[in-house]
Amino acid sequence: MKLKLLAATTAIALTGAVAQANTLVYCSEGSPEGFDPALFTAGTTFDASSHPIYNRLLEFETGTTNVIPGLAESVEASDDGLEYTFKLRQGVKFHSNDEFTPTRDFNADDVIFSFMRQKDESHPYNQISGGTWEYFQGMGMPDLVSSIEKIDDYTVRFTLSKPEAPFVANMAMDFASIVSAEYANAMMAAGTPEKLNTAPIGTGPFSFVAYQKDAVIRYSANGEYWKDPAQVDNLIFAITPDASVRYQKLKAGECHVMPYPNPADIQAMKDDADINMMEQEGLNVGYLAYNTTMAPFDNPKVRKALNMAIDKQAIIDVVFQGSGQAAKNPIPPTMWGYNDAITDDAYDPEAAKAMLEAEGVSDLSMKVWAMPVQRPYNPNARRMAELIQADFAKVGVDVEIVSYEWGEYLSRSKDLNRDGAVLLGWTGDNGDPDNFLAVLLGCDGREASNRAQWCHQPFEDLILQAKQSTDQAERTKLYEDAQVIFKDQAPWATIAHSVVYMPMSNKVQGYKVHPLGGHIFYDVSVE
Amino acid sequence: MIGYFLTRLGMFIPTFLGVTLISFMFIRVLPGDPIIVMAGERGMTEERYQEMVEKLGFDKPVLQQYWDYLVGVMQGDLGESFVTKKPVWDEFFALFPATLELSLCAMIFAVALGLPAGVIAAVNRGKFFDRALMSSALIGYSMPIFWWALLLIIVFSGNLGWTPVSGRIDLLYYFPSVTGFMLIDSLLSGQEGAFGSAVRHLILPTIVLGTIPLAVIARQTRSAMLEVLGEDYIRTARAKGLSPTRINGLHALRNALIPVVTVIGLSVGTLLAGAILTETIFSWPGIGKWMVDSIFRRDYPVVQGGLLMIAVIVMLVNLLVDVLYGIINPKIRRR
Repeated sequence: MKLKLLAATTAIALTGAVAQANTLVYCSEGSPEGFDPALFTAGTTFDASSHPIYNRLLEFETGTTNVIPGLAESVEASDDGLEYTFKLRQGVKFHSNDEFTPTRDFNADDVIFSFMRQKDESHPYNQISGGTWEYFQGMGMPDLVSSIEKIDDYTVRFTLSKPEAPFVANMAMDFASIVSAEYANAMMAAGTPEKLNTAPIGTGPFSFVAYQKDAVIRYSANGEYWKDPAQVDNLIFAITPDASVRYQKLKAGECHVMPYPNPADIQAMKDDADINMMEQEGLNVGYLAYNTTMAPFDNPKVRKALNMAIDKQAIIDVVFQGSGQAAKNPIPPTMWGYNDAITDDAYDPEAAKAMLEAEGVSDLSMKVWAMPVQRPYNPNARRMAELIQADFAKVGVDVEIVSYEWGEYLSRSKDLNRDGAVLLGWTGDNGDPDNFLAVLLGCDGREASNRAQWCHQPFEDLILQAKQSTDQAERTKLYEDAQVIFKDQAPWATIAHSVVYMPMSNKVQGYKVHPLGGHIFYDVSVE
Repeated sequence: MIGYFLTRLGMFIPTFLGVTLISFMFIRVLPGDPIIVMAGERGMTEERYQEMVEKLGFDKPVLQQYWDYLVGVMQGDLGESFVTKKPVWDEFFALFPATLELSLCAMIFAVALGLPAGVIAAVNRGKFFDRALMSSALIGYSMPIFWWALLLIIVFSGNLGWTPVSGRIDLLYYFPSVTGFMLIDSLLSGQEGAFGSAVRHLILPTIVLGTIPLAVIARQTRSAMLEVLGEDYIRTARAKGLSPTRINGLHALRNALIPVVTVIGLSVGTLLAGAILTETIFSWPGIGKWMVDSIFRRDYPVVQGGLLMIAVIVMLVNLLVDVLYGIINPKIRRR
């Protein structure tokens, strides 16, 4: 089936629209868990729900981690950083479906509803669809937000329990998508509250048409969108779990865009004149975290020496098969605040060996933990551990590789007395450096997400100061300084950031690789 | 015959209870706490963890949990998926018709080719056709499904463009699902070309999924036929001057069918297992992929419910096979 014909006829089948109506087919990698983004945490779910169907008060500018106005035209922080007042956009329409036609535009009630259902355990929608509100919980919102008030129909005020600058970026996250309170009430009255999740209504560029589990999701462009309408009339997700099959479908013209190619196919795709290959560093980092509370790893010089013994380029070549970039900082280069002035520790086994000897470390044997699962920041932890084992052997350090089932791995690696260095990584949530530096390296994170169990006061002071400042320039400077301290103290060996590849038909125009990992089709057109 | 059927049915109940217990225990003995796996690298606080434990009912004693599950099953309630928060029963029935349609097609393909191939090989024992057929059957049996599927896709969909790469029907056709069987739904939709598209989408997955059963059936038919062809009554039939077609087709084949039907019954399990890979490759929205995903996510209700449903289906098919024995061989039903 040739795509041109497919595109034209699909549009007719879907909407009975004119013949020049066009369709974009995206070969997605999996099924969404549902369509209410606040209920879930998977990127696949957000691709199918929050990006096409919904908007948020603030949005990430596609292709960057910058926060721009969305359903709120402006936001103002009080001087003490405790109150954030959002001025809402007027004239924004919700979608309609067979069972619901909105009688009013988007207003403050929808904002209050969208957040209070997650925050207030007595809210009628709190328990619907097994609501666990993982992201709202995970970002610490229940404690952070002490109240949400409606000032008038188009003004909402959030009061925080403590100053926290990343709050602004949180408001652009998927869980903060705005759903329709009117729709929710109508569905509750009809006895089908779960439809908020299964038959979604939002304000976004595409409205939901139909979903067949594990097969296909259909959307049509929202003609009443508050910005320019989407470039295509129909958007279809053809769910295709196998990467080789996605590639074949792209070649056969059965889809226009596909995510997550097999590393082995990347060169052939780049050589194919019909395929346009886009690439960008992912918003993630893979690292080896020492247990900085245990000798000899409590000595920064020992950690530094070990870091110098790791041949990162070999890891990029072998483990990432080229689809990765050596990491020098704990945050990825696509993030604001990245300190590019820092130079990485050179790979130098001789110098490393000398440094270890100078610190009186000889006959060291240690454990390296290898994760049992594949992650974008580490596609093969076992192989990575073997390479590190070989590297450390060259400087006289004997490595034993250990691994556990994933759940066990995650919980045991948190232990303060953990024996060994842990391979792990992180994918950013909100594009704010705080989401990496405070979560993964702050003192509060010990025995939790801070796998290095590292608490270094000069570093801690900087990130706490950055958390409380609402001045972006000042925060940038603080995070840059924090990265200098990190490099000097070396609680981790920073290993790699993955490189995200997006192959697409060269008929596709206007696609931007989004550093936060989402696949967004609002600005995309098809010839 | 009715007594025979009831005896077989009676054996169903203890097996069913055994399966509920095994499916319940199986996922729980796997290491890995579903709550921790769900939280991933992000982790969660101790209070939050306790909240979740309570919410999912893990704070109750295991026996109590099993009893609750069993009571639910008896009332047709398999619980709700931890991940999608939807009833397992609904998810199963949304996906199962796709698996059933594919498995039936694969079985028809395997029987339609395997039976005659086995008979012809047996009749021409030791000749070129027999050797060629049995070598191909061995290759077919040993074929890694994953590799075979990708090879067919690359040749027939990629290079030749004869068949679609994956999916159940072209995306240009859009109609509501009535029966869940795409062949039937596409006919009911009345859209021109929809049925043809559904058939074309079935070709490669049917071949891939049917390959192993085809090889097994061909080999089993051949050896059963060879055994029967050596029997005295066949010699008698030959001596009577019956035509070879009548001897092979009627007298020999009918008696050779018992082991073949057994193999076909057992193949249902193989088909459902093979469906996991086939469905993943061909983006076929069936229960195979659904189950595998659930095991990785430690989605207890889905794994329990899915295993139970699959086991019940395999048991039902084997019950049917037992009944078929009785029809093919009257001696069995009188025992």
